[in-house]
Amino acid sequence: MDDVIIARSLFGTTMAFHIIFATLGVGIPIMILLAELLYQKTKDYDYAVMAKRWTKGLAVLLGVAIPSGTIAGVQLSLLWPGFMEVIGKVMSLPFQIEIYAFFIEALFMSIYVYAADRISPLMRIVSVFFVALGASASAILITNVHAFEGTPAGFRIENGEIVDVDPWAAFFNPSFFVTAGHVVLSAYMTGAFVLASIAACQLLRAAQNEQVRRFHQKALKLSLTVGGVFSLLTAINGHESAQLLHQYQPEKLAAAEGLFETQSHAPLAIGGFTDAKTQSVKWAIEIPWALSFLAGNRFDTVVKGLNDFPKEWWPPLFVHTLFNAMVGIGVLLLFLSAAALIWQKWRKRPAFPRWLLYSFVAAGPLAVIGIECGWIFACTGRQPWVIYRMMKTEEAVTQTGNLAVLFALFVSIYILLSIAVVLVLRYYFRRHPVADELRKPPNEGTLPV
Amino acid sequence: MTNELIAITVLWGFIFIYAVMATMDFGAGFWSMIYIHRDKANATKIANRYLSPTWEVTNVFIVAIVVALFSFFPGAAFLLGTVLLVPGSIILILLAVRSAFLVFAHVAKEYEKALTYISGITGIIIPALLISVLPITHGEFIDIRKGVPTLDLERFFTSPHAYSFMGFAILSTLFLSSLLLADYSLEAGDGEAYRLYRRNAWITGPLSLLMTGGMMLTMRYEAKWLYDKMMEYWPWLIGSVAMFAAAGIALSLPSSRHPHVRGRPRLAVIAIVIQYFLASYAYGKAHLPYMVYPDVTIESAFTHPDTFRALFASYIVGFLILFPGFVYFWRLFMHDKRYVRPK
Repeated sequence: MDDVIIARSLFGTTMAFHIIFATLGVGIPIMILLAELLYQKTKDYDYAVMAKRWTKGLAVLLGVAIPSGTIAGVQLSLLWPGFMEVIGKVMSLPFQIEIYAFFIEALFMSIYVYAADRISPLMRIVSVFFVALGASASAILITNVHAFEGTPAGFRIENGEIVDVDPWAAFFNPSFFVTAGHVVLSAYMTGAFVLASIAACQLLRAAQNEQVRRFHQKALKLSLTVGGVFSLLTAINGHESAQLLHQYQPEKLAAAEGLFETQSHAPLAIGGFTDAKTQSVKWAIEIPWALSFLAGNRFDTVVKGLNDFPKEWWPPLFVHTLFNAMVGIGVLLLFLSAAALIWQKWRKRPAFPRWLLYSFVAAGPLAVIGIECGWIFACTGRQPWVIYRMMKTEEAVTQTGNLAVLFALFVSIYILLSIAVVLVLRYYFRRHPVADELRKPPNEGTLPV
Repeated sequence: MTNELIAITVLWGFIFIYAVMATMDFGAGFWSMIYIHRDKANATKIANRYLSPTWEVTNVFIVAIVVALFSFFPGAAFLLGTVLLVPGSIILILLAVRSAFLVFAHVAKEYEKALTYISGITGIIIPALLISVLPITHGEFIDIRKGVPTLDLERFFTSPHAYSFMGFAILSTLFLSSLLLADYSLEAGDGEAYRLYRRNAWITGPLSLLMTGGMMLTMRYEAKWLYDKMMEYWPWLIGSVAMFAAAGIALSLPSSRHPHVRGRPRLAVIAIVIQYFLASYAYGKAHLPYMVYPDVTIESAFTHPDTFRALFASYIVGFLILFPGFVYFWRLFMHDKRYVRPK
């Protein structure tokens, strides 16, 4: 394997690992904030316990999210020094502002966790609000760098020199808002569905007292509601993301859809595998005219096909499958939330049937898989470019060897941390069953952390 | 002051703050490991009480340094990113293990000892690796082969100069953290833990000063250019040693508030921070204009002027936003008796 492949594999693995924890680190604080607000509004002690337990889980997840994020940030400079040279000159603002977001998150996370019993309920809500704000802002800002890679702005490269630098034009590059929105909305959705999975899991377990059941039902209802709202918003935003590709990175959309010939009334291919030889998507279900409509809201929108681009600019064709998986999971989760809503609102049943609970258990892992597919699609679909039409990935990679050994080393650390984090979470929540915490008398206004 | 000087001052400021915070952070982790088995459980508790709320904030500073480096000096980022691939990766791996197991140790109480050992030991190696970036910037270990900068690991690992820096980092970590924890113990009203940490400071302090002698001695042979220039800043170095002596005196004075204990650790902490500040100023000033000798200077590596202006504006706004947060944090964890001295 050449260095570019190993470097991409290494950085890709880092991101794939980090993104799980980072996504939950963005999504769960919102849920804690809502639980805190519900507690203050209803004075129902269940919500205080909910906030406390989610916070404990979040603290453990952040123990991995923060160092893995540090790894990702530093690895950018270590593996892609050529890329970071351009970023340093043109696009360093989001990184810089992200630092402030990190500080806000870290300061208030410590305050929320370690000073909860010494501050007023209002300050506690302010603290957890700042944790959520810091987490979301850092996700938005780092996604901005990713957006810039796809739709670079604010500079030109002339004879190898970077000229006409405008850092704010780079910051507000064309895909910033839509892409960052996609990442944050889907993170809220994923955080909620992962918590829904846990609650559903607990409800499926036999022999529980009524108090514990009610607790998990409240948790499930809250997380399904939030998950439903954000899966809808993610879908709407996803539509805009696709239109953005149509406008700015047409070959990425073409690869995502396996479209070879430029055409109006282009069909949408669902499923199947893109075959370069026959220039078609094998075994796909085709919906006539739908792709054109998706790309431009009109059936006669001309969608560019891959054949319009030199072959060395084609993204790998398997991105079609990743794109399908991401969209498919998104749609499935939307249906699932709708099913939950229908069950509770129109059939007026207080408890969900077991088959529905089982599908809620699947929702969390599915959402995480959807996020992973989305990220791999977004980054692989940009290849061969690291900065679209400006810099190729192979130009940015480090010239130092030894990458294979480092790859093995990092992968083993990620495996170790994954195992450890699962064991620690299981250990803690088995040792501190929710029944114990619910039994404790509610101490007015304070939250025992 | 030129833009380049402002930028390097900001970067150096971050490095200095991180150096102080990280030595306390890693040192506290180490001491909490050392005293976990003995009947000195309070010393561990005090170290953990300091460490728990601060490590995340400390960790942000290391990211801030990396970001400040490549945003202000993208030219240096290219060279440093290339040569630091191996040491940087090792630091990252240790840092990940350390932070994660620090958190795990607090959550999984039954396995606290084993987990604390992992985080304590990795934590004390990290400062040695972090500081080795400095001798690498002195240039003697970097070769340019076929236009590609490479780090000569063999020469690096056989260099007394590199080892003197690493020894200094570890001893400083132990010294500064002992001193801070002594202060924190006294604030907590724990005389036993205070005497323990004060004694540790008495041992590690002179050793770390001795190590700076070793650094200067080896610098004379391995980085003559830097040694000569540092000697031009001798008043700063003398001042630095004087502050070290002042800290020693402060630790020997009878306490003003506690009749039965000896030493004023708060004064000593302040004196030592000034000591490190003076020494690092002399080192940093002598290092200029080179970021990596002799290939990269602050001028040659500097970012685009418009980007610098935008970054600088963001620094001012960021500082204004964050300052109240830091003050609130400080009051809750360093100053609030209910936290520092629980019933």
